[in-house]
Amino acid sequence: MSRTDLQTLPERAMELLGGVPDDTTLRRYLHGLPGVDAVGLEQRAAGLGTRSIKTASKAWALDKIIELIDLTTLEGADTPGKVRSLVAKALNPDASDPTCPRVAAVCVYGDMVPYAVEALGAAHGDPDDKLVSVAAVATAFPSGRASLDVKLADTADAVANGADEIDMVIDRGAFLSGRYGVVFDQIARVKQACRRADGSYASLKVILETGELNTYDNVKRASWLAILAGGDFIKTSTGKVSPAATLPVTLLMLEVVRDWHRTTGERIGVKPAGGIRASKDAIKYLVAVAETVGEEWLQPHLFRFGASSLLNDVLLQRQKLTTGHYTGADYVTID
Amino acid sequence: MSFLEYAPAPESRSVLHLRDEYGLFIDGEFRPGSGESFATISPADESHIATVAAASDADVDAAVAAARRAYDRTWSRMSGRDRGKYLFRIARLVQERARELAVAESLDNGKPIKESRDVDVPLVAAWFFYYAGWADKLDHAGYGANPRALGVAGQVIPWNFPLLMLAWKVAPALAAGNTVVIKPAETTPLSALVFAEILQQADLPPGVVNIVTGAGATGAAIVRHPDVDKVAFTGSTGVGREIAKAVAGTPKKLTLELGGKAANIVFEDAPIDQAIEGIVNGIFFNQGHVCCAGSRLLVQESIHDDVVDRLKTRLSTLRLGDPLDKNTDIGAINSAEQLQRIRELSRIGEDEGAERWSADCAIPDKGFWFPPTIFTNVQASHRIARDEIFGPVLSVLTFRTPAEAIEKANNTPYGLSAGIWSDKGSRILAVADRLRAGVIWANTFNRFDPSSPFGGYKESGYGREGGRHGLLAYLKGAAA
Repeated sequence: MSRTDLQTLPERAMELLGGVPDDTTLRRYLHGLPGVDAVGLEQRAAGLGTRSIKTASKAWALDKIIELIDLTTLEGADTPGKVRSLVAKALNPDASDPTCPRVAAVCVYGDMVPYAVEALGAAHGDPDDKLVSVAAVATAFPSGRASLDVKLADTADAVANGADEIDMVIDRGAFLSGRYGVVFDQIARVKQACRRADGSYASLKVILETGELNTYDNVKRASWLAILAGGDFIKTSTGKVSPAATLPVTLLMLEVVRDWHRTTGERIGVKPAGGIRASKDAIKYLVAVAETVGEEWLQPHLFRFGASSLLNDVLLQRQKLTTGHYTGADYVTID
Repeated sequence: MSFLEYAPAPESRSVLHLRDEYGLFIDGEFRPGSGESFATISPADESHIATVAAASDADVDAAVAAARRAYDRTWSRMSGRDRGKYLFRIARLVQERARELAVAESLDNGKPIKESRDVDVPLVAAWFFYYAGWADKLDHAGYGANPRALGVAGQVIPWNFPLLMLAWKVAPALAAGNTVVIKPAETTPLSALVFAEILQQADLPPGVVNIVTGAGATGAAIVRHPDVDKVAFTGSTGVGREIAKAVAGTPKKLTLELGGKAANIVFEDAPIDQAIEGIVNGIFFNQGHVCCAGSRLLVQESIHDDVVDRLKTRLSTLRLGDPLDKNTDIGAINSAEQLQRIRELSRIGEDEGAERWSADCAIPDKGFWFPPTIFTNVQASHRIARDEIFGPVLSVLTFRTPAEAIEKANNTPYGLSAGIWSDKGSRILAVADRLRAGVIWANTFNRFDPSSPFGGYKESGYGREGGRHGLLAYLKGAAA
């Protein structure tokens, strides 16, 4: 599942950067990337948003959205009971329709991983096999304000408990103050902490928290930085900061992923998270993916939606397509 | 299935109530023409849409007489505020009937519905709203207090933006207090005829706007008519020249908005993904049937290969097909004649040694179609770098320094528009200062706004449309 042979990672980064990854080489590289024109980017995103997805295409898109969802609960009030309820929903999203696909993963806090793993039981595994993965947020999510040791312990703990995927946050303070080397090192070290006893790795999603990075140029640089440092996915947001995922930001990250693929042949995933609640909006993201990096990216190892309420809206739309009429909020289950 | 083969999403034609036959709109009502009527067809499948009357010299006479009567008796005596009320009413009706107008436009012109729906028709409404606001403020237009209208304006418009060009002509003319005789292009009369119904609905006094359909002879009759005070033309430089000759030595005022061969200059520090979008929008918007299209791409040598590579990838995602499908990016070429010209110039491009690349898209069996095409290795001396192709064909040239970019950009008999792509603000301003073009876009292309004047240098014509400047073309000072 992991994209890279880790041994080659520092070498490739060094080759692209022309030196060891530190503040100087990273700055030279990241600030040498072509800039982003905000008006043009937003115009392109709006243009993609006008695609009209109807009938058979819509039916396909709705099922695909479900298959790409990381069904998420990230509350201080989370309990084993809440997580079991979430897992039940993940496995059987539409109680009235057993043909409804499963979501890709459940996404929980690190201490909830054992309960999620237990609740999934035999259904725990790779979404490619119609199973459901467990993703854990780590590294002092959502702020990332903790020492590196704590972040690494947080990560290792979740992996040891059976997390398949780690959603880490970058140190936005370090990024914004130009300490790119610190951010790079942390991502690379967290990647190492994703290593399991058998030598395989949990997939690493790097959360940029684009709402705090503020400019598209920053988002672009942070995306490159996260990929250079070994992230398997780049993810927009924690969901705890507004704005969370937006279509222009996601489009920009998809463009970075496309360019990385052109440069290295490697496929990196993208995960918009937070704020995507309507099927109509989620379909716009599918369009952006298909028309920017290609349809091949519409699979759980390369694209995810971080969402909670989106699922039920998709289910309502799905029921509408099947039955020809809209039902209501009580015809889909709460978690 | 492939997701990218989006299921058909056709815009419904049911909003459009077409008649089988359309007469001339003179003095507030439709009447038969005395010329030989002609068919307007859909360029997407060559199907017959409607039969349209052709105006003879006598019909043009009647239209000009109606316009003169309306000018003398009604429109010139009406207060600016009241003229503004009619224009606001027209603008609102355009919005109310936007869907219908968009369908008519796409059907008759071949442009994608997403463009007629999201660009043409909203701009038409914006133009009428903008000039409606001017109607009672003419004292501030630049001619001092109490400027006067010119009288009867004869207007001839092209087929690329049929309704939008009508709005560009009619809105400022009426706001300034003139009455109008306008001729839509022979291949695209439909939206103007639907617009005539809107004028009736708005209760515009009869004769204030007269719409006469027909071919070149009808246009010539308007231009040469002795009782026309002002001629406004948008179209080819060749016809523009004829009009300038015909008008020379008469008291008629003239504005011409003619061809172009705009340079779209991409510097190596450009925001690359947005520049690619801008290049695409610059030349493939409206199938390249745009006088201000960015048809000459001037790209800095250091990024040439990368830009061309990205451009080809992007062009491969464009959808060519049914103009009424909401997902269509590239519609039909407007006429067999225009398709012939595009093919001819493309052939010449190949013969001259430029390298041709066309997007691989399925061309429908019927109708007039041309795939998005780029020519690389184009030299400044090639015809495809000099002649206006007016189609979805981009010529790619290179430059090494800003000075060379400016020199090459200006090395054209035209001068309508230009684009500059760079992350460096000071360079944009410095280069824009030295480009001889009426409109210069920075990090964008083909953006229009009613408050912004539009017009050309050199063979791209004279006079400005849009903004306060556009108003001046329909006014004279109180003392004049």
